[in-house]
Amino acid sequence: MADKLKFTIDGVEVQAEHGQTILDAADAAGIYIPRLCAHPDLKPIGSCRICTVVVNGRPQAACVQPAAEGMVVENDTPEMLEHRRNLIDMMFVEGNHFCMFCEKSGNCELQAMAYRFGITAPQYPSQFPDKDVDASHPDVMMDYNRCILCTRCVRASQELDGKNVFQSIGRGFGRKIGVNGRQALGDTDLNVDDRAADPTICPVGCIIKKRVGFEVPIGERKFDHEPIGSEIEKG
Amino acid sequence: MLKEAKIKKICKRFGNDRTRMMDIVREIQQEFGYVPPKYYDLIAREANTHRVEVQSVVSFYTFLSDRKKGKIIIRLCEDIIDKMAGADEVAAAFERELGIAFGETTDDGKFSLEWTACIGMSDQAPAALANDTVLTNLTPEKVPEIIQALKKKADPQVLVTECGDGNNADQLIQTMVQNNICERGEVLLGDYDLEAGLRKAIEKTPEEVIEDVKNSGLRGRGGAGFLVGLKWEFTRNAPGEDKYILCNADEGEPGTFKDRVLLTERPDLVFEGMTVAAFAIGAQTGIVYLRAEYAYLRAFLEDVLNRRRAAGLLGNNICGKDGFNFDIRIQMGAGAYICGEESSLISSCEGMRGDPSDRPPFPAIAGYRVAPTAVNNVESYCCATRVMDKGADWFSGIGTEKSAGTKLLSVCGDCERPGIYELPFGVTVNELLKKVGAEDAAAMQVGGPSGQMINPSQFDRAISFEDLPTGGSIMVFNKQRDLLEVVEAFMEFFAEEDCGYCVPCRVGNVLLLNRLKQIRNGKGVTEDMDYLEKLGKATKRMSRCGLGQTSPNPILSTLENFRPIYTEVVRDNTSGLQKSFDVLEAMEQANEVTGRQSVLFHA
Repeated sequence: MADKLKFTIDGVEVQAEHGQTILDAADAAGIYIPRLCAHPDLKPIGSCRICTVVVNGRPQAACVQPAAEGMVVENDTPEMLEHRRNLIDMMFVEGNHFCMFCEKSGNCELQAMAYRFGITAPQYPSQFPDKDVDASHPDVMMDYNRCILCTRCVRASQELDGKNVFQSIGRGFGRKIGVNGRQALGDTDLNVDDRAADPTICPVGCIIKKRVGFEVPIGERKFDHEPIGSEIEKG
Repeated sequence: MLKEAKIKKICKRFGNDRTRMMDIVREIQQEFGYVPPKYYDLIAREANTHRVEVQSVVSFYTFLSDRKKGKIIIRLCEDIIDKMAGADEVAAAFERELGIAFGETTDDGKFSLEWTACIGMSDQAPAALANDTVLTNLTPEKVPEIIQALKKKADPQVLVTECGDGNNADQLIQTMVQNNICERGEVLLGDYDLEAGLRKAIEKTPEEVIEDVKNSGLRGRGGAGFLVGLKWEFTRNAPGEDKYILCNADEGEPGTFKDRVLLTERPDLVFEGMTVAAFAIGAQTGIVYLRAEYAYLRAFLEDVLNRRRAAGLLGNNICGKDGFNFDIRIQMGAGAYICGEESSLISSCEGMRGDPSDRPPFPAIAGYRVAPTAVNNVESYCCATRVMDKGADWFSGIGTEKSAGTKLLSVCGDCERPGIYELPFGVTVNELLKKVGAEDAAAMQVGGPSGQMINPSQFDRAISFEDLPTGGSIMVFNKQRDLLEVVEAFMEFFAEEDCGYCVPCRVGNVLLLNRLKQIRNGKGVTEDMDYLEKLGKATKRMSRCGLGQTSPNPILSTLENFRPIYTEVVRDNTSGLQKSFDVLEAMEQANEVTGRQSVLFHA
């Protein structure tokens, strides 16, 4: 077995370790493939589909697809950019995202992704679903209006905290993140110091720590000056 | 506590094994009429899992409920075929008779009314399930008698006064379902030599068996058409001690009912095929994933399995072959179309919600319990048995070059003779229409909602993998039908059945459905056709599994083949305003709050 395998992304040759995903190999090569449900500390699950690339003619989620020798990957193409934009729009209209009132604004990966794609308003009609807000936990609150069902909290709790605080429940458009407690988050064993409650795990403003709102002022937040993905592109 | 003891007992019966969660919660539902959330903690503790995992499973499947329902749940099939046969009138009769609406339970807790997706009875629609009992050919006139009989005796089996043909009348089935076999072919429904395939197979080496199946050209009958022999070879060659044979008996594609007939009339052929596969692959365990709608066949199938065990056709040293050990269990589903997708089916067999998995790894490498697993359709196993008996050449000599053998088609809708037709691949739509008595057909849906709708200029095309593939569903529509209503029904189905795991399928299907509804309500504009096409293509291209990759097909195939049904109802948008936006409706809340009507926008 050769040390490294080689493949191309938009014609650029990229090297990958055996077993490495296309996304990880691209990151290492300084090529940014947009993603929302993927997180460097968590097992990828391919649910947001934003990282979809065309592999030898077939669409595949880069976060779960292993790199293979000689593979031809199309990433930054007009077709993929349009479809990714469509997906971002879908996430906006399926929830209730009011960036101007949201504590996560400026640190929100969904918002940052929309800016990166030049989205000012979604092309699809907002669905305005009825969603709950769960403030039962003493230190952490959940605003389901902002949830994009990436399950990063589910995985962080299982993989990093050794707990099982969250899990997907229901199906279809009614699918949501359930909590492992009789009624609400306050009935679970979630601790405010758990990784699952860390603001870098939830990409949006769904899981928020109480009493730390606006600690970093608007204007000094993560995506206020540079688009999401810049850190990877800079290498 | 009596109830707690019962739950503990049920958990224990399934080895306190969380991978048997489907069976555990199904049994609890049977016992209590629902799965009470107040016992989630207890179930989780007994099965060594978390309460949210229990909730996750219960909330996924439509036949499971966390709310108390009636002792008898009447689930009326909401398929378009049933609607065409008068399901709405039947529904109204049930509502009148019980004094409740669909989705409700009577105050005395005796009855619940629910709509349900295709129950596999499209050839005898309108049809319903009363608990596990199938009611076919319903009419509004029959409804009062049905309710009276059930009020007298709360056992839906009293409604079966006359059984259907063949094994439908078997002591262990006793159903009014008819087979409606209209044409028998030489592979599946003709005469055959019981166990000849298996006996010939074990005379060979496993590699030779796989070679035969490969040479026969047998492709998977569920719809995707992957070469069965190749799948078996991958599974055989995959590293691992334990290997599994799974049979997909979750035919949920609306309009498909061919596996129902195979399971009723050819159960041995199915189990024999699984046993052949086990021999070829080196598997010791088989699972038949039986859809909840076919629960009425379960006792019969269990009995066939027992008979096979007694005859040495299952168990240890099968047919006297030393070390050939294999047995089969039946895993009941609980109402989820997505579980017909092989990776979802595996998740469901493992006692989880039926979310599909990422591939790679493919099930042949890491499937059930992360072990190499071959998942095939009911019909595929039947074909494999026949290949073993009659030879690869015989099989590949039937049908077309790329589609060997016969195909079991289930035909329904506007035709004189709905039912089961076993025909060689390559049969043209025109030939089929003649056989079923529908030469005046205006449209045919081939392959169910996930397939395509074709118009009369395409009726010379052939049913085959290379031209018009189908898992078996064929729906016929005459020129009186409103095809946009059909499309909407199909999109409703997908929006109801998608698992919600990935964004494009979860959101895309709802957006497609909503825009379609607007168009049907006369609020469509010319640009909407473009909107539907772009959104449909995005959903197909970006979705994670076969469901979302095909769910926009009803819209995309009618935009292509029946464009006038759209152009006739949409109008040019001359005002530049969004026609779908109803300003008066949008003002309603504001009017309510302010207690007055808007000065600018009022009725």
